[in-house]
Amino acid sequence: MEMDDLPKGELPPHLELQRTRVVCAADAPSYTESVQYSGAYMAYDVDNSLRMEDFRKNFRVEIKSLNEDDIEFDLIGIDAALANAFRRILIAEVPTVAIEKVYIANNTSVIQDEVLAHRLGLVPIKADPRLFDYKTDEEIANEKNTIVFKLDVECTHMGERVKNASDQLKWLPAGSEMPPDSKTKFTSFGCSQDSLPAFTSEAIASRYPDIVLAKLRPGQAIEIEAHAVKGIGKTHAKWSPVATAKYRMLPEVVLLEDIEGDLADELVRTCPVNVFDIEDMGPGERRATVARPRDCTLCRECVRGDGWDKRVQLRRVKEHFIFSIESTGALPPEVLFTESIKILTEKCQRILTELL
Amino acid sequence: MDGGSIPAPPEPVTYLCGDCGADNTLKPGDVIQCRECGYRILYKKRTRRIVQFEAR
Repeated sequence: MEMDDLPKGELPPHLELQRTRVVCAADAPSYTESVQYSGAYMAYDVDNSLRMEDFRKNFRVEIKSLNEDDIEFDLIGIDAALANAFRRILIAEVPTVAIEKVYIANNTSVIQDEVLAHRLGLVPIKADPRLFDYKTDEEIANEKNTIVFKLDVECTHMGERVKNASDQLKWLPAGSEMPPDSKTKFTSFGCSQDSLPAFTSEAIASRYPDIVLAKLRPGQAIEIEAHAVKGIGKTHAKWSPVATAKYRMLPEVVLLEDIEGDLADELVRTCPVNVFDIEDMGPGERRATVARPRDCTLCRECVRGDGWDKRVQLRRVKEHFIFSIESTGALPPEVLFTESIKILTEKCQRILTELL
Repeated sequence: MDGGSIPAPPEPVTYLCGDCGADNTLKPGDVIQCRECGYRILYKKRTRRIVQFEAR
């Protein structure tokens, strides 16, 4: 092959596009997979292998927004397989603390015992899981692996219904008070949890005070003890630390030719999320520009219709992920992500020791 | 169960009225009737025995 016009060590533009972009046409996306094989572009004298130092040099994280519960950041220069690994670890393997055992002494409300227990399990608890141990079935509950909550409410108001919300779950730092007529309780705490340095400042409670657990009519009462333990989302979704952990590839909108006049107006009108703007080019001349490509949902409205696929191309940038994490409240979202990295590192270490 | 000892006096039991829901404490031999409304159907309260559930 004669390729004198090509600079050495660089791919021709059409291959570079296939390697780094997903092209989203009106019917289907193409070039969706990433090219893994190191010798894929050997004919062009291009080395496609992934090297650690290249990854170190090119990988970037840009935090776009962060508050108490949500984070959105860009992971740039990472393969989809790794980005997906972090997402899956966040959902299923980062531990939290959730109510697991419910001891019901009295429940005369209309909500059944097992349903109430299930509801309690789903209440997010603001306790740092890193300060606790996992509890096995054989182990006796102690101050390192169990948090005990008490719910003792009765409705006495005549003619009024009482809402029973999660802020009435009272933390028992000294351990279980049940069974009442026995010396051996359900837990054997060596010391009171509120004497431990991590919990002296703030009592352990639900992250949100207003989660309705049950509603009581006059005369109805609930008397419950709930034991929370550490666990992971793989076992049960109640331990999942995230409401959602998701990513999407960065959208890229390319105008293949100048779009002017009425066509520009039409383009701005068709986009439901307002990706395009109109630029004034002087008297009577208007041209469409791509102003907010990040807002693009790839609805493909702009490439549908006569000839529009020749004017606009929708792409996604491979290896550029817009990652968003919504925490349920046990840990801040940025800590959740670093925890997921630690878990993946740990897994890799385990494989390495098994191989060596 | 232990033979010789004198049986403890029977404890009064609290029932719920089937009509008005009021608490009624009855001893053996009492008339089965609500003290508040005179309704003749009384229900036993839920046991205080602790039941364990898995929150799943």
